[in-house]
Formats: sequence, C-alpha cells, structure tokens
Amino acid sequence: MDIIVNGKNEEIVSQTSLLDFLTSKKIHPDRVVVELNTTIIEKHILTDTIIHENDRIEILRFVGGG
Amino acid sequence: MTLSGDQAQRYSRHILIDDIGVKGQQRIAEAKILVIGAGGLGSAVLFYLAAAGVGTIGIADSDVVDLTNLQRQIIHFTDDLNKPKIQSAREKIGRINPDVQVNTHQEFVNSKNILELIRDYDFIVDGTDNFSSKFLINDACVISEKPFSHAGVLVFDGQMMTVVPKVSACLRCIFPKPPLPSAEQGSNQVGVLGSLAGAFGTLQATEALKYIIQKGELLTNRLLIYNALELTFREVTLKKKTACPACGENPKISTLTDYEKAIGSL
Repeated sequence: MDIIVNGKNEEIVSQTSLLDFLTSKKIHPDRVVVELNTTIIEKHILTDTIIHENDRIEILRFVGGG
Repeated sequence: MTLSGDQAQRYSRHILIDDIGVKGQQRIAEAKILVIGAGGLGSAVLFYLAAAGVGTIGIADSDVVDLTNLQRQIIHFTDDLNKPKIQSAREKIGRINPDVQVNTHQEFVNSKNILELIRDYDFIVDGTDNFSSKFLINDACVISEKPFSHAGVLVFDGQMMTVVPKVSACLRCIFPKPPLPSAEQGSNQVGVLGSLAGAFGTLQATEALKYIIQKGELLTNRLLIYNALELTFREVTLKKKTACPACGENPKISTLTDYEKAIGSL
C-alpha cells in the first residue's frame, strides 16, 4: 500500500507499525520524532500504531548547528 | 520617531512597499532585536537587520573569530581573526548603518543570564550552534513570553520555525527534550555548507522584520525543512501540544536548567 514519507511516495506492506517502519529504515526511535497525519506520536505507542493507506509520515530530526 | 530626509531615502525601497510604508519603517526603527550567536546564521541575520534599520540590535556571543569560521560567518573578515565576534560584528554594523544602536553581550547564554539578557528585547533570534543553547532559548522565551526564531543548519540540511509563546507550538511541542549528547553532531564534525547558514539567517531576519511590522504570516506551527542538495523546501504542520513540558497546560519547566542537568530530569 502507498504512504507518503517526508513528502515522498513509498510502498509498504499492510499491518506495518511505525516502529517496524523505523526499524526497516535502520532509524533508532530515540533519534527522531515521528508525526503521523500532523499528530506527533509518542515513542511508547510507536509499536502499537499501525500505518494505513495514504498516511502521511514525517520523520523529524533535531538540527542543532548554526 | 520621525525619519530624516536621509533615512527616508535610505529606506525608500522599504517605504515603497504598501505593507511597510513610513509607519512600518518607523516600527523597524523603534524595534529591539537580540541575536544570540554571531556565527553562520547570526552573520546574515545581523547584516540584514542592520541594513533594514532596526533601531537596537543586541548581539550575544562569547567567542573570538577563528579561521574555521570564515567559510560561512560572513560578518567576520580575515583581519578580524582572534577578535571577539561581538566586536567584529559591531564594527560591520556601524559601517552598514550608523543609525543602529548596537548592544554587545560577550557571554555564553546560560540558565543564569538568559532571562536578564532577553528582557529588554522585542524579538529574539536563535543563531546558536548547539542543542543546549537552542533548548535554553526556547524555554527562556516561553517563560518570558518573547517571540523568537529558531533555526538549525548542518551539512546540506536546514530547518526553522518561529515561536510566539502562548500562541503557537514551541520547540518542545515537537522535540520534548534535547537529543542525547551522543546524537549531537556539530559543524566541526560533519561540516556545513556556508551558504546554507546564509539562507536560513536571511529567513530568520525576515521573520523578525515581519513580526515587527505586524504583516504577513509568521512561520508558526510550521517547521520549514530545506535540503540544499535537492533544492527542496518542505513544510511540516505542527500543533501546540497541551502536554508540552515547556508551554503546555502544566509545564514541567518553570525554572531554567542547563543542558547537562536537564538530561536526567526531563
């Protein structure tokens, strides 16, 4: 099924959780903030949050340089 | 404040803009803006705020100019090496626009001095280069209800947002606590494209000026994300969080702590 990740289309298998998705991209959940359809998802529910068709996911990192 | 003939001429390209005009230019002349960090972001911010005729510009920075700064910190020149950045920046501002009153603060912002530092300013620009200062500026501005522009740049990536405390989402609505020190990468480790700092500093100056003239839409409740390699700008919609540790309904952060201490307690 199709989803949008950081503004780009991606295809994933159904019943994927946000945590599974991060893991598949080798992203450690402690290093990012995940927003699903404009709502920030708390870390402790990443594993229970299942991605649906056409969901918009933003994987945000803090950028500290200046 | 009335504009002199020379000033009307100097700022004529602002005054011609309907949304600025004489009234907007007068507001700019009466504004007090503090720029924390006279580095890559701060250089562009300071140049444009000075040229725009901001009445009072504060500069806070504890560093001296280093050779590795000159690739991006364009307010500092080769013959400024080893000079305090606040002094180097003040000299350039004086040459761009002698109308500007410059207040210099040669100090590293910390939990003890920041509230006093920001007190007299209308708008704060975060041009710092580390997690600790960025979260401290967020918390101090939320506590003091000072609007500010946040930005960060690294390698080819930049992001920014404007925060109007009580009205819009703050940094901690998105990032509840600073990333662990092990996750912190600075430009001294991974580098930063010089012009990226200029691009974001220019946008931060624009936000400050928009706030002062009270026109347009600030970059509030939006995180602007730029990738210079792809030349893509993206906007992520943000919401003010009721459980935010800084600006939520029951904030945990009512006094300031420095980063190292904050790690364990938040």
